[in-house]
Amino acid sequence: MNKLPLIIKREYLAKVRNKSFVIMTFLSPILMVGMILLIAYLTQLNDNEKRVIAVLNESGYFSNEFSASEATSYVNFRDVTLTQAKDSTVSQGYYGLIYLPDEPNLEQVAQRAFFYSKNAPSATILDKLENIITGRLRQERLRELGLSPKEYAAMDRRYDINIETFDGLQNIKGINEIKAVIGGAFGYLIMMFIIIYGGFVMRSVIEEKTSRIIEVIISSVKPFHLMMGKIIGTSLAGITQFGIWIISGAILLFIGLAIFDIDPASLTKGGMTQGMANGTNVDVDAVTQNIQLYAQEIFEIPIFAMLVFFIVYFVLGYLIYSSIYAAIGAAVDNETDTQQFIFPVILPLMLAIYVGFFSVFSNPNGPIAVAFSLFPLTSPIVMLMRLPWGIGEGGVPVWQLVSSILILIATFIGIVWVAAKIYRVGILMYGKKPSYKELYKWLKYSS
Amino acid sequence: MNNILVANGVTKQFGDHTALKNVSLEIPKNSIYGLLGPNGAGKTTLIRIINQITYPDKGSVYFDGKLLKPEHISQIGYLPEERGLYKSMKVGEQALYLAQLKGLSRAEAKKRLKYWFEKLEIGDWWNKKVQELSKGMAQKIQFVVTVLHEPKLLIFDEPFSGFDPINANLIKEQILNLKNNGTSIIFSTHRMESVEELCEYIALIHKAEKILDGKLSDIKKAYKSNIFKIGLEIDNPDVLINEMQLKFQVLTHGFDAIEKQLDLTVQLPSNESREILNFLGERANVKGFVETTPTANDIFIQTIQNRNLSHE
Repeated sequence: MNKLPLIIKREYLAKVRNKSFVIMTFLSPILMVGMILLIAYLTQLNDNEKRVIAVLNESGYFSNEFSASEATSYVNFRDVTLTQAKDSTVSQGYYGLIYLPDEPNLEQVAQRAFFYSKNAPSATILDKLENIITGRLRQERLRELGLSPKEYAAMDRRYDINIETFDGLQNIKGINEIKAVIGGAFGYLIMMFIIIYGGFVMRSVIEEKTSRIIEVIISSVKPFHLMMGKIIGTSLAGITQFGIWIISGAILLFIGLAIFDIDPASLTKGGMTQGMANGTNVDVDAVTQNIQLYAQEIFEIPIFAMLVFFIVYFVLGYLIYSSIYAAIGAAVDNETDTQQFIFPVILPLMLAIYVGFFSVFSNPNGPIAVAFSLFPLTSPIVMLMRLPWGIGEGGVPVWQLVSSILILIATFIGIVWVAAKIYRVGILMYGKKPSYKELYKWLKYSS
Repeated sequence: MNNILVANGVTKQFGDHTALKNVSLEIPKNSIYGLLGPNGAGKTTLIRIINQITYPDKGSVYFDGKLLKPEHISQIGYLPEERGLYKSMKVGEQALYLAQLKGLSRAEAKKRLKYWFEKLEIGDWWNKKVQELSKGMAQKIQFVVTVLHEPKLLIFDEPFSGFDPINANLIKEQILNLKNNGTSIIFSTHRMESVEELCEYIALIHKAEKILDGKLSDIKKAYKSNIFKIGLEIDNPDVLINEMQLKFQVLTHGFDAIEKQLDLTVQLPSNESREILNFLGERANVKGFVETTPTANDIFIQTIQNRNLSHE
C-alpha cells in the first residue's frame, strides 16, 4: 500500500485548484504577450518618427554630406543669421540646428561648429553628426596629403577576420553570445522555477503546521513521504503551469502578431545585427552566408544532450532546493519568520546566475566557470550555461560533467536527509522561532 | 493476550530533555484507559510513540502481542489534541483523503463516511469547505475521520474540547458505543469528571515518569482514607460531640438547629464501621452514613503533590 501517489495527487490538486494559481496561470501569458506586443508596437512607432534637423552651413566645406537617412532628414537654411535660423528651427518644430560657421579652414569650422536643440540631444543623433564631421575631417586631411576623393573612397573599407577552430570548423563572431543566451535561458528557467515553487512548497508546509492538520496526517504517513509527496506534487503543478504558459503564450503571440501585423523577423533583427557586428558595406551574399553559418552553429549546439541534461540538473537542483525550502517551512511557525533562512538559500542561485553571465560567457572553460559548475548548489545553473559549447573536445570535458552530476546526487542525498530530519522535528514543534544552533540540535535527535 | 498495548521501559530523550523515563504500561483490550498527567508530563510523547510518529530511545512497545510495526498504523486511530483540517479543501474530499491514507479503499471509505455523516447528522456538509465550518463542526469531522477505518485501538487526546455540551454528549455516546463493540480506547485528558465517567483504567504520568496506574476502582480503594460522612438527627448535639471527640477522630462538625441535623466527618482507623454505627445508633437517629471515596481529581492532585514533596 503506497501512500505517496495519494499525497502527490492531493498536493497537485490543492495547488492547481487554488484560485491565485489559476489566475496567475492564465493571466501571465496574456500579460507577457501584451508586453511583448506593446514593446514591438512602440519600437515600430519609434522607428516611424522622423527627426528633422536644420543645417545652417556658412562654411563651404560641407555640401551634400547631410543626406537623409531612415530616421533623420535635413533641412538647409540659406542666407539667414544664426539667430534667425534658431528662431525658425524652434518655430518649425525641428529637432535641432547644426551650425557650421565660416572659417578659413575645416579644422576651425569643426572646432566652432555647434548643435542647438531644445533638450539634451539624443546620443544617436550626436553620433551621426560627429561621424559626418569626422569623416569630412579625415577626407580633408587625406586630400592635403595628396589623395583624391576617389582614392579616398577606394581606401574606405571594412575587414572582418576569418575565424576557424583547430579542427577546421569555420567560426563566426557573436556565436558565443548566442550560445550563452541559450544556456542562460535554461539556467534562468531553473532558477525561477526553484524560487517560485520552492516558495510554494514552503508555504504549503507552513499551512499544514498552522492549521494543525499535520498532527492528523503524520499518524498515518511517514514525514519523509509527506515531504516528498509535497515536493513532487507541487513541482507537477509547476510543470503544468509552465506547459500552459508555453502553449498559450505561443498561441497568443502568434495571434497577436497576426492581428497587429508585426513582422516576427523585426523582433529578432536587433539580436542578429548586433551579433554580426558588421557594418553597412557587407554585400548580400556575405550576409546570407553568415546566416547559414549561424544556423549551422546553432544546430551544432547539442540540443538533445542539452535537453537531457536540463532535465537531470533541473530535477536534482529542484529536489535539493525544495527540500531545503520544506525544512525551512517546517522550522518556522509563520511566513514572516522565514526571511533569515531564505536569504542563504537564494544567495547561491543569484551567484550562479551572475557567475554565469559574467564568467561563463566570456570564458566557458575558465577556472571559475569550472568551479561553479562543480559546486552542487550552483552547478544546475552554471553547467547548463556551459553546455551549449558542447560536450567533450572544445566544450565541457566529460569528467567535469560526470563529477558534477555525481556531486549533485551525493549532495541531493545528504540535503534531503538533513532536510527530512529538520522537517520531522519541526512540523511538530510550535511556538518558537528556532535559531541555526537549534536546527543543528534537531539533527542530533534520534527518530 | 488480554492487552492491546504493552509498553516496556520506554525512554525518550530530546537533546538534554527527558520526555519519558522508563515508562511501562499495560492497556487492556476492550476498555477505556485514561492517560492522565499535567501539561508537559510526556503524555503526547508517549502517544506519538504509540502512533510511530517518533520512536523510543530505549524500551519496546507491543501491539496486540506483537512488536509495534508500521503496518499497525492502520489499526490505530488517533485524534490529536492540536487538530486541524485543510482549510480550503472540501469536507468530503478531505475525509476521503485522510481515510485513504489510513489504508481504506476509496469506495469503502465513501460508504463508511456516508454512514457516519448520517449518524452524526452532518450529511449535508459533504461539499462545504472546511473554512465555512465552526470549530465544533470541524471537530465532528475529525472524530469521524479518526474512527472511520475501524481501528482496534483508538487514541483520543482531549476529545471533548471545542464541543458544546450536547455534541460532547453525542461524542461520548459514540465513544462508549465503540468500546462496547470491542475497541480499546486510550483517553488522554485533564478533565477529571470525564475520567470518572468513562475510564476503567488510568495511568498517571508526571515529569516523564509513570507514578500511578491500574484499575480506577482499585486505585480509589487504595486512596481511601476511611473518612465517613455522618448525618444525625438529635436535639442536643453538644454532649454527643464531646463524647465523640474523645472516642473518634472528628474532622468537622456542624449543627442545623432548625432541622436538628448534625453533620460530621470522621476518620476511622480502619474500614471497620460497625463500632461507630453501634455507638451512634444508641445515641441518635442516623440519617446518613457514607464512606467518602476520593475523586480522580483528588487522586491526581494528591499523588502529584506527594511526588513533588518527596522530590524536594
